[in-house]
Amino acid sequence: MKKIISILVRNKPGVLSHVAGLVTRRAYNVESIAAGPTENHQITRITLVVSGDEKVLEQVSRQFEKLIDVIKVDAIPHELALTGELALITVSFTPEKKTEIMSLIALLGLTIKSIERDSATVMIAGSAQSVDTAINGLAPFHIKAMARTGLVALPIGGVTD
Amino acid sequence: MTGAQAIVHFFKEMGIDLVFGYPGGQIIPLYDALYDSGIKHILARHEQGAIHAADGFARASGKTGVVIATSGPGATNLVTGLANAHMDSVPILAITGQVPTTSLGTDSFQEADIYGISIPITKYNYLIKEPSDLLPALSEAYYLTSSGRPGPVLVDVPKDIQTAHVDPSIPKPVSIPGYNPQPAPKAEQVSALAEALTRSLRPIFYVGGGANMNNVAEALLKLAEASDIGVVTSLQGKGIFPDGHSLSLGLPGMHGPKYANIAINEADLIIGLGVRFDDRVVGDVRRFAPLARIAHVDLDLAEIGKRLSVDLPVSGDLKLVLEELERKLSPIKRPEWKKRILELKKEYPLTIPKSLKEIKPQAVISALSAATKGGAIIVTDVGQHQMWSAQFIESKKPRRFLSSGGLGTMGFGLPAAIGASLSGRKDPVVLVSGDGGFQMNLQELATIRQYNLPVKIVIINNGCLGMVRQWQQFFFQRRYSQTIFEYNPDFSKLAEVYGIPSQRIEDPNEVERAIGALISSKGPGLLDVIVDMEENVLPMIPAGRGQTDFYETDS
Repeated sequence: MKKIISILVRNKPGVLSHVAGLVTRRAYNVESIAAGPTENHQITRITLVVSGDEKVLEQVSRQFEKLIDVIKVDAIPHELALTGELALITVSFTPEKKTEIMSLIALLGLTIKSIERDSATVMIAGSAQSVDTAINGLAPFHIKAMARTGLVALPIGGVTD
Repeated sequence: MTGAQAIVHFFKEMGIDLVFGYPGGQIIPLYDALYDSGIKHILARHEQGAIHAADGFARASGKTGVVIATSGPGATNLVTGLANAHMDSVPILAITGQVPTTSLGTDSFQEADIYGISIPITKYNYLIKEPSDLLPALSEAYYLTSSGRPGPVLVDVPKDIQTAHVDPSIPKPVSIPGYNPQPAPKAEQVSALAEALTRSLRPIFYVGGGANMNNVAEALLKLAEASDIGVVTSLQGKGIFPDGHSLSLGLPGMHGPKYANIAINEADLIIGLGVRFDDRVVGDVRRFAPLARIAHVDLDLAEIGKRLSVDLPVSGDLKLVLEELERKLSPIKRPEWKKRILELKKEYPLTIPKSLKEIKPQAVISALSAATKGGAIIVTDVGQHQMWSAQFIESKKPRRFLSSGGLGTMGFGLPAAIGASLSGRKDPVVLVSGDGGFQMNLQELATIRQYNLPVKIVIINNGCLGMVRQWQQFFFQRRYSQTIFEYNPDFSKLAEVYGIPSQRIEDPNEVERAIGALISSKGPGLLDVIVDMEENVLPMIPAGRGQTDFYETDS
């Protein structure tokens, strides 16, 4: 099973090393990790998507809680999770395929960030599922490069309990 | 005030009057500030020796040990010591010099990223980049070493921070958001434990290093005696409950006496107290204490349920939990269980093999126990002698048996004994070492001599890496690959070179007298005991096996 774990940490140098180091050290399976500022500039939020059985996931939360820089760990239940992800995708094409690709981009609702002679870079922001849909849609063509931010999440209402 | 002077000022304000270390280029400003500071500095002969000494000091005294090293190789030489202290939750403040902030990241001479290197082996660590961060970081670091679950904390101080101007005011112990060092126990968890204990017919306390405080030891003794609860003590817990007590079952697990493991196998309730349910104790998780419900009291929530499922989790400070438990329990006598414990101990005693020709290592350690009567700080290295010491030394009080448990660091013993001898305790310090581990940090003999530290050294000299050799004998058809020392120096002569009185014995009849002479001597001393090479540590439960899968030897 997968779990979204949201961690508030002291915004200190090295805090990402501490969090990422714990993941490798304890051999956890992390699918994505995303970090960024919060409403308080002294606090950073790190969102992880972790997979494993219930026991492992319980351990993950507890081990994170133990890190000195960690202020709070929340496992956000899926039914309460508001999630979002962003991806940039560069797709390359031959001139004769250009029209086909452009209509596909429009159909998928992707934002065009740049168009070159033989490639285009598009952006999608939405649920992880809509990002997957966009990638799958473009997959028949040549995806030259891709950058996904990983999932960020908040519970409904902003805070748990 | 310079950063370096501020560090010394901080030591004084915190009452730190003894530090261990080894100087080098990027830490010269701090050593300059120490020069006429009045703080006692013990100059080891290797940074690893310095940090193990700080570790031994901390284990024996209960106070934070302080170690100082330079950048690069000085700092990396601390790595084993940090990992060792981290595994056994020993409070250490490590201060390392670093290249100036302006040179960071340029692969300067003697630059190493000790901040990055030490993340997984410290409780927390700092790289100071601004002079104004120095004292707040030191203050927080020192607080972290000993609060909550103790551990090593490293502060990396670039040279220009040591020479920069620093405001000398020391921030009050900081509150760190999300860090709760003394969590109050949850009443319902303690009630559930009290209820389970009341109903239990065959309960066992399984006590670890987290209980290493006098007041906890007293509370435990009271509880166990009042309600006839058997007690096993992990390697780090040895001495917290007095060995030799009618309810004491000694060391559980791989090399514990059979009676300890059979008792665990028969128990209906195991109560872990500040202990990790380590793999060397538990073996096969599915077959550990098959009849028992498992309760686990620990201040570190991440320990509860880490290795095996726990029926009765109790998170919180051990002392507070025991106080609460005592209030909730009315003593229950369990004469049948007490009788069974005595019976098991009688039926499966630890025995010392007899020999007229060669010295048996168990006989040496047993003689040492008899000569010190629980009134010494026994320090061990790692290997067979360590397990024999755990079996045959009778420890009566907390912090009198110091051993590298979690990491199993060969070379720990000699420097740790140095630290223990400086801990302020009056008890004599005796190191029991193997000939292998002894050679891993024997340079510290010079430290012993320089400060004339009354460390008594007993080398259980079997001329081999005994524990690995034993595994090769049992599990690898006696193929003794690289475990036999075809050359060893004469350790007695070596000690002489360092100006340490010494003796070498080979005759079983000499053991008692030689041990007696060593213990009653004034200053440092070394006794090199040549023992039977193929002696094994028994009983043994092979790794990952069930609690009563005792290895049967062919001999």
